[in-house]
Order: sequence, then structure tokens, then C-alpha cells
Amino acid sequence: MSPTLQDHAELDPTLAEPFPQAALHVLRNPQLRKNVTHAIDVIQAKRAKLVAEKKDWEALRSAASAIRAQALEDLGPYLEQFEDRCTAAGGHVHWASDAAEARQIILDLLRQQNATEAIKIKTMTSAEIQLNPFLESHGVRAFETDLAEIILQLGEGEPSHIVVPALHVNRSQVREIFARRMGLKNLSDDPQALTAAARAYLRQKFLTIPTAISGANFLIAETGSVAIVESEGNGRMCLTLPRTLITLVGIEKALPRFQDLEVMLQVLARSATGERMNPYTSLWTGVTPGDGPQNFHVVLLDNGRSSILARPKHRQTLKCIRCAACINACPVYRQTGGHAYGSVYPGPIGAILTPQLQHMHHAQSLPYASSLCGACYEVCPVKINIPEVLLELRSEVVNQERHQVLRFFDPMYLGLRIANLLFARAWRFHLAQRLGRIGARLFTRKDGWIHSLPSIGGKWTQTRDLRGLPPQTFHEWWAARAGSPAAPVQTPPVHTKEAN
Amino acid sequence: MRASLFITCYNDTLYPETGRAVVALLERLGVELDFHPKQTCCGQMHANTGFRGEAFSQAKRFVQLYRDAEAVVIPSSSCVAMMRDQYPGLFEELGNEQLQRDFAALLPRISELSEFLIDRLGVEDVGSSFPHRVAYHASCHGVRALHLGDRPYRLLAKVRGLEIASIPNGERCCGFGGTFSVKNAEVSSAMLAAKLQDVISTGAEYCTALDNSCLMHLGGAMHRQYAGMKTIHLAEILASTEDSPAEATV
Repeated sequence: MSPTLQDHAELDPTLAEPFPQAALHVLRNPQLRKNVTHAIDVIQAKRAKLVAEKKDWEALRSAASAIRAQALEDLGPYLEQFEDRCTAAGGHVHWASDAAEARQIILDLLRQQNATEAIKIKTMTSAEIQLNPFLESHGVRAFETDLAEIILQLGEGEPSHIVVPALHVNRSQVREIFARRMGLKNLSDDPQALTAAARAYLRQKFLTIPTAISGANFLIAETGSVAIVESEGNGRMCLTLPRTLITLVGIEKALPRFQDLEVMLQVLARSATGERMNPYTSLWTGVTPGDGPQNFHVVLLDNGRSSILARPKHRQTLKCIRCAACINACPVYRQTGGHAYGSVYPGPIGAILTPQLQHMHHAQSLPYASSLCGACYEVCPVKINIPEVLLELRSEVVNQERHQVLRFFDPMYLGLRIANLLFARAWRFHLAQRLGRIGARLFTRKDGWIHSLPSIGGKWTQTRDLRGLPPQTFHEWWAARAGSPAAPVQTPPVHTKEAN
Repeated sequence: MRASLFITCYNDTLYPETGRAVVALLERLGVELDFHPKQTCCGQMHANTGFRGEAFSQAKRFVQLYRDAEAVVIPSSSCVAMMRDQYPGLFEELGNEQLQRDFAALLPRISELSEFLIDRLGVEDVGSSFPHRVAYHASCHGVRALHLGDRPYRLLAKVRGLEIASIPNGERCCGFGGTFSVKNAEVSSAMLAAKLQDVISTGAEYCTALDNSCLMHLGGAMHRQYAGMKTIHLAEILASTEDSPAEATV
């Protein structure tokens, strides 16, 4: 098998396979799984170290959470304030209600500049609206400049992570892609050689293409500024060299005050890449005459966000600052990587964000792509209770599906409906236990264990055994003991010691 | 002290030995235990799968049965987590004020087993003996929902003859997740394989936990793979004494 990116799944939630099926492709791919766990372990270790050194980490988290909550509470006024200040500083602000509108605005802006090429900073928001293929089909070639994005663009792969999009690709795979696409036959897989190849490729783009497209980490309402953090400096090139800069940003990225950056930049860098500070923090306000892009546009993207905002329990989803700490901590993502989620937003945050951005019309398998272990909530720097939102969304999925005729005989739905009837009355539950005990005998082997079950039970027994049902339930034992004069003699209390 | 035992539906059906161990242990410590014969399920399975109305019925039933209990002890951290984390929301959404008040009054009296022993009874040494090397699996709900911290380790440290083995990546999920284990059976199995590798690497004879659900998952794979390790609920270790060693069930 040649080490190419042949395993990338479709990341369009309207077309993607349900998570359990999509995950199968990855589970059978040892190289991909090794790449993912290796990369995750490296990031996790760095994050753990830098969070541990911050004695006031929990206070920082609380502050970050409060800042994001406040921003969302008054999002409308903050966005208007941003628009006013940005416009006053020479920028242009555009409002896009959905992906199609955002794509069209960006295309029109590019056409005004007669642009046929654009350089891009890594932006997952542009992937969300599938900007690159749209521009390509309208005669504009977008060149990614983030190292990971170059790897994916040249290798025709899809991002599998929101901070390190090519984390599923290893060094020798990168070498193969660069050698093939850049025509460098003798390229080694030495990181320096790979970086030098990327630099040579990029320099030519930076120096010749006068139009750039970026995302943004934060919009500052108070000043009308935009903030971008990155590690490579390639983003800085895109933000300073071109004549025209178009920034696409989700409306939820607003911060009320400039000083909020103090908290947000600390939690973001430590959570995302395990650094005290991001190597490159770019901040700009509108246009500065004679310095940097002179033609600056911000496209504010809704694309489902305002409907999330309108729902109190779901709103916390929008507090996300895209640090990916939840993704790195997730034991499910660890096994499947990102492509199985069928969205540019994978992992726990993707499992709650994607179906909501799709207005719950697609990606209904994602809220179930979690064991509810809570590791995501524990690390989230803005305290998004992801398990709580997952449960909200699961109940919405059930409400959608439960009245569908097809679901009536679905073993899961049937089983849970019956279980509810049984749990409503103890006698029913106890009768079911007795019947279950008789039924289970059919499947119980001589060793007392069940090795194979039919229907949905087979999903369990495909990799685990199940101990056969014991001859007596606990409540039967209790009743027999209470009713029997020869109840077990209680051993006298032992000497115990008070806890410290 | 008087306490009411909520055994949970799956312990009642699948792991009665855990219930018997809780009874032996707490009675040995002088607790006057009762058992409500009408108890069934806390509603966790329905709530976690998205069947909110059904979960509400079961939650309401629980509160009605235990409203007057002096203390409720539950040998399952995920069921206690269900009550602490999800009941308030369910009652706010679907219940009335009376139910909310009843639950708010009941909640402080509900304990998971290790909480009950350490926080309520104030004991760590419960006089048990279990001369084996034991790995403690810190279940997700115990760690991240109930914040049990070192309680289970403090209890295990006082067991005669017991040698605690530490599981690498100990706070990572075993992949059970209730209906997740069948809805996403393959991913769940991959998580289980990774966890099992860590658990087996301890060289312990037993893997213990405060949740039989995780142990059913881990134990099911151990049995399938002839892994040479058994699972046992922490209550059974604590109930075990030199005179009356743990029941050799599994």
C-alpha cells in the first residue's frame, strides 16, 4: 500500500456516512491510527505540562468562560460595534447568512480585484463553507500556506483535526506528497528538508499573489480589531504582503474588550498547542495607510450559528475558541481520527457543533459518537459542558426518529420502549428478569458464559463475552433472607478507624 | 445509622453478588440497611440514549420511593452521576415544583458506596482482607462526575494483603458508554482493546472498580481472550475477610 492520503472521507455532513460506518475505514488502518495516537500523545503531554505550571488555571478557565458567555449574551450589539469600529478604520464588513452567500461575497470581492489566485491562511471556517472547490470552479485558485494545509492540498487529503489538520499524515507520507507534487525526486524525509521544500514553494506564492483569504481567532468589538494566532509565520506573510485581505469569520468569534485577549490568548495557546504563547499573534484594525493590505474585508458568517445562539442550553456550543483540547482528550477520536466525523469539525466539539450547524437535518449519528466519559468537558478552557449538549441533541434525534415507521421495529427503539414499561412497575421488571433468565439459558455455554447473542446483542458479543444470568437476583436473595428465620448471621462490627 | 440500598437494575439482575457484598460490608460496620422492594432503574440508560420522557418517569419514580430515606447508598458511580447531573434538568424541564423540592432535599442524602464509607461513616479501614494484586479502574463517572478522587485508593490501601497496581492512562474511558457499546460497537471495541492492554500490563490478578458496567465490559473481553485476569466490584473486596473470603464467582 503506498502511503498516500487515500483514506480521506467525505467531510460534507449532508453526504457523509454515519459515524459508526465511517469509523470502520479507520479502525482497519494501522498506519493512520498510529499517526493519530502519536500526534495526540505529543500535544497532550505538552498541554498537560503547561497547564500544570499555571497555578491559576481554573481561575483562568472561569474567566475565559465568563468572557465568552458575555460575548454571546450580547452578540448582536458587539458585532455592530465591531462593524462600526472596523469600518471607521477603513475596513469593509459584510454579513453572510449562510455558506452560499459567504462564498458569493468572497468571489465577488475577488472578481473586483480581477484575482485568479489567492493565498490562504488555515481557516476551518472556509472549509465549513467549502470555499476552495467553489472558487476553483469559478476560476480562482486558492493556495493554502499553512504547512499542514499544503500537505493536504497537494496530497488531495481532507483535514482530520482543527488545529493540526494533517496530524494523520506522517513524515514519510509528507515526503512522498512533496516529492511527487513539487517534482523533488531526491527529497529526504528530514524535517528540515521538508520545511525547506515548503518554504521554496511558498515564497514564490507570497511574492506573486496580491490577494489573501484568512479566518480569524477573535474579533474585538471595542476596537474593531481582528486577531489571528499561528505557529509558522506563514499566516503573518498572508496578512502583511498582499494588497487585498478577505477575512471570513463566524459571528460567534467576537470578544467584548481588547483586554479580554489577556485571558483568551493564555488559555488558547496552552490548550491548543501546549505553548505559553503562540509564536505569531497578529492583530490589526482596519487599514493602515502605506502598511499591509490596503483593501480589507471582513465577512461575518452566520450559517446556522444564530439558531444555536437562540437556544439557552445549546448556546454554550458557540463559546468554543477552536483549541481542540477536547479533540485531543477524546478517547473516541483517539481511535477514529477526524475523518470518521464527516465534518471539518471532528471530535467532541464537532459532535455537538456539526449537527446543530446542519439544523439537525444531517449528522444525527454524531451526538452518539461519544461514550460520555466527560474528558472533553474537563479540559475545555471555556467550560463547554459537551456531554450535556450531547444529551440534548440525542433527545432531539430520538424525538425526530421515534415516530418513524421504520424505527418501530428497530431493536434499540423497541428494547428501550419495552424497558421503560418494565421499569415502571417492579412486578413487571421482576417477571422480565425471570423470563430473561430462562431465555438466556439458550445462549449460555457450559462455562456459564454467553459467547454469542442474536440481533443487537450480537454487537456486544462480537468482541466480548457476557456472564450468564445468575440463578437468583439480588432482590430475590434479599426477600429470601428477610423471610427466612435462618438469615445469615451478621458478623459483629469490626474495629474501624476514623478517617483523617 | 440507617441507610437504604438502591442496588440498580443491572446489579440486581446481573451482579447480585455485589449487592450481597454491600449488605455484608455495611452490616458489619453497624449500618441498619433496608431495601425498597419496588425499586427498578434510575433512568440512566434512557437518558443517555436520548429517551428523556422515559428517563423522567424513572427518575420521578426513584424520588417518590426514596423521598423519606435517611440515606441512600448506591454501588454504582454512573447511577449516582445520573442523579446529580441529570435529575435536576429533567425535573426542571418535565417535573413540577414539588418534585424539584423533594429531590433537592433528597440529593444530599444520596451517596455512592465509597463516598458513603468515607464521608458518611468516616471509615477507611473496613476490616477486610484480600491477598491479591489488584488494579483499580477509575471509571469516568467516578473521576469526572463524582470527583471521587483518592477515596477508592484509601479504602484499598487498608485491605489486608492487597497490593494495588496502577493502570497506565488510568483515567481514560474503557469504551463502554452504555448503549454506545452497541451503537458504536466497533469503536467501543477499539477503545476496550487499548484499555485492556493497559490493564493487563499491570500484571494484576483482579481488576476492580466502583461500576459493574465498566467491569462487565472489561471482564467480557478478559473472558473472551483468556486474559488471566478477573473483575470484581470494590464492594466485594471490601466485604472479603479472612474468615469469609470473597465469593469465587467469576
